[in-house]
Amino acid sequence: MSQTIKVRKGLDIQLVGEATKSLINISPQTYASKPIDFIGVFPKVLVQAGDEVKAGTPLYFDKFREQILFTSPVSGKVKEIRRGEKRVLREIIIEAGKTNEYVDFGSADPHELSREQIIGKMVQSGVWPLLRQRPFSVIANPEDDPKAIVISTFDTSPLAPDYNFIMQGTEEAFKAGICALRRITSGKIFMNVLDGKSTCDEFLDPEHVLIHRFQGPHPTGNVSTQIAKLDPINKGEVIWYLRPQEVLMIGRLFLTGKYDASKIYALTGSMVKKPAYYKTIAGACITEMVKGNLHEGKSRFISGNVLTGTRIASDGYASFYDSQITVIPEGNYFEFFGWAMPGLNKFSFYTQFFSWMSPKKKFNLDTNFHGAERAFVMTGKYEKVFPFDIYPMQLIKAIMVEDIDLMENLGIYELDAEDFALIEFIDTSKIEIQSIVRDGLELLRKETT
Amino acid sequence: MKGLRRFIDKIKPTFEKGGKLAMLHSTFEAIESFLFVPDKVTLKGSHIRDAVDLKRTMAIVVLATVPALLFGMWNVGYQHFLAIGMEAAFWQNFWFGFWQVLPIIIVSYVTGLGIEFAFAQARGHEVNEGFLVTGMLIPLIMPPDVPLWMVAVATAFAVIFGKEVFGGTGMNILNPALTARAFLFFAYPTSMSGDKVWIVDKPDAFTGATPLGDAMVGAIDNIPYSPLEMFMGYIPGSVGETSTLAILIGAVILLITGVASWRIMASVFAGGLFMGWIFNLVGLNAYMDIPAWEHLIMGGFAFGAVFMATDPVTATQTTRGKYIYGFLIGFFAVMVRVFNPAYPEGMMLAILFMNVFAPLIDHYVLQANIRRRRKRWEREKVNA
Repeated sequence: MSQTIKVRKGLDIQLVGEATKSLINISPQTYASKPIDFIGVFPKVLVQAGDEVKAGTPLYFDKFREQILFTSPVSGKVKEIRRGEKRVLREIIIEAGKTNEYVDFGSADPHELSREQIIGKMVQSGVWPLLRQRPFSVIANPEDDPKAIVISTFDTSPLAPDYNFIMQGTEEAFKAGICALRRITSGKIFMNVLDGKSTCDEFLDPEHVLIHRFQGPHPTGNVSTQIAKLDPINKGEVIWYLRPQEVLMIGRLFLTGKYDASKIYALTGSMVKKPAYYKTIAGACITEMVKGNLHEGKSRFISGNVLTGTRIASDGYASFYDSQITVIPEGNYFEFFGWAMPGLNKFSFYTQFFSWMSPKKKFNLDTNFHGAERAFVMTGKYEKVFPFDIYPMQLIKAIMVEDIDLMENLGIYELDAEDFALIEFIDTSKIEIQSIVRDGLELLRKETT
Repeated sequence: MKGLRRFIDKIKPTFEKGGKLAMLHSTFEAIESFLFVPDKVTLKGSHIRDAVDLKRTMAIVVLATVPALLFGMWNVGYQHFLAIGMEAAFWQNFWFGFWQVLPIIIVSYVTGLGIEFAFAQARGHEVNEGFLVTGMLIPLIMPPDVPLWMVAVATAFAVIFGKEVFGGTGMNILNPALTARAFLFFAYPTSMSGDKVWIVDKPDAFTGATPLGDAMVGAIDNIPYSPLEMFMGYIPGSVGETSTLAILIGAVILLITGVASWRIMASVFAGGLFMGWIFNLVGLNAYMDIPAWEHLIMGGFAFGAVFMATDPVTATQTTRGKYIYGFLIGFFAVMVRVFNPAYPEGMMLAILFMNVFAPLIDHYVLQANIRRRRKRWEREKVNA
């Protein structure tokens, strides 16, 4: 076993509302597939409201890469095709039928299939979009042969779901998934586990994958942090990455021949009365989880974690890649001389507030902005939560002036917007850094591909 | 509090777009956000934000200057009564100094904030908190006897030409407070140096030179102050610079809160000691022979190291750059002091000089990082 890789820089944001280790089965009425979850995808719809679909029936495809299909997670009827501003397709909502029927893609042992056959099956069934690539965090291109596939089996973000709990009893599907992945790349497969006992770790025989142990604060669980320590991405290189529950879906496709999108979500956050794990199907409506389970007050519903998640409505749908729903209070209140208070109850990365004296304390953070946007002033702080050999502020400035050469030279290929989430959180100047980085990556993607 | 909030909510529309006083929007916004942290919530990106903001950060720097300010006020009185040969009680000294220094602070803030508000208004920006610190630092580096109109002119010059022409806080190249001092130093040298300006209403018979001034004219052996007196600050000098002890208390506040870079602070002192040590080795004249550490407690060295060199906007921004930047400031400050008799206060010039070179240092640090990455790319290409 390789030795533990220690990540020193970072920040664990201690929040109240961690999910207790109890699993509740729910089957909501409606589910959604959301094209807005996929970066750079221009959806062309294949169904109409009222159509009957099965789990695995294509709903839309990407205009730019027509082979990539997005399929329905459940069987039932297309209830609504919801569009937003400028007629952007936001959600296709499926009303679930009484029993879940699946399109049969045929079970098969990945060992006996060729690379093309495996990819064909994955693309056809709609599990292909589970595989994403770096740089740019877009859906992997079936024609690429990545230099590595990275599976981060733990999440360090605030209130993150515990994959040791989620992954219990999934050995067969996980192994089948890894086996399929093994066959579609000539590169390495990295499986990264948290130091200590890990459920996924026990599933595998280390000859098939390279297992590395990691230890450290957030963002240790991020793919970029791990790959930077193992095999940094160079210009022109591609890696693919996915999360453990996504490996399971791929595995089940080969075991059963079905697109079985069952998934466990952690419902977390200080507004939730009983935070717990919910077993349902990807894209589930969150109403059933949160109804009667919230404290009084105005809430923000987030698919994902508080740092990188997407805001959804109280009757919204979980996003494709997320395994977590977070509900926190809104912070639309004025605070008299808030900036001058001692701040015992204010979570801060800085020792400017006296809350640093109670490092174990868990905080109830709301969505208040705590100030307004300013020019860059402080220096040397971003680096403390940024475990890369990259100068973050200089890179952000290069992105702001759209200097593509400088962006490349400063290492943008190794990063994703989520890697800047902590920087955005701690930023004294309150600059919206994740969206700046996202725009920079999009600019680069359009220029280079 | 609630009443105040209601009142603000009531008058708010007047200052918003289309309101009668819309031209004062920035001013209103600045006052409102000073009183109340806004109710703004996160829209994109991270849904939660750290409680910190620039107001808090700047307020901590202002807090850190308070020991030096209070001591400075007392010392202004102490030096005055000492010079005229009068016994004075602690409160008498402080009271005298308080009334001497307070107008300088008021002039500095009123002039500077007035200009800042006007620029923010013209640009349609929010008022930036940067001047809260600058406005306090300017009085602290003025001689106590400085005419108030000079403070106003220097502050205006510093804010307009030192900062706003570059785009405001965060964009400036030179430290604004030092720009103010440098402006006076070169425009009105008689009011900024020599032995007349350091003590309020000094009688001619009393020698009022600072230790640095004495050292400059070769009277190194006759500095009438012991190192302990210089460390404690019972010496003539600019308002806030004399007491190394008070400055160090400020330094502790800045370092505990992490607002200032310990790397810069430590390396300024290291650079000063190093240059002093080299002079000790050479030892061509009496000034070169003073112990290296004495440089650190004389003149504005400590004040510059703690409050000026650490200004994050004008310092280097990379970690490695900070060591180089700080070290060279200390190094040049002592060098200028000893070599150039026209400029006893080498610290100001050393910091301004290194402000100009900070981007260059960062550039080379960044290039090293870029080269390292390119090498890796090429190595991988060869392997593949």
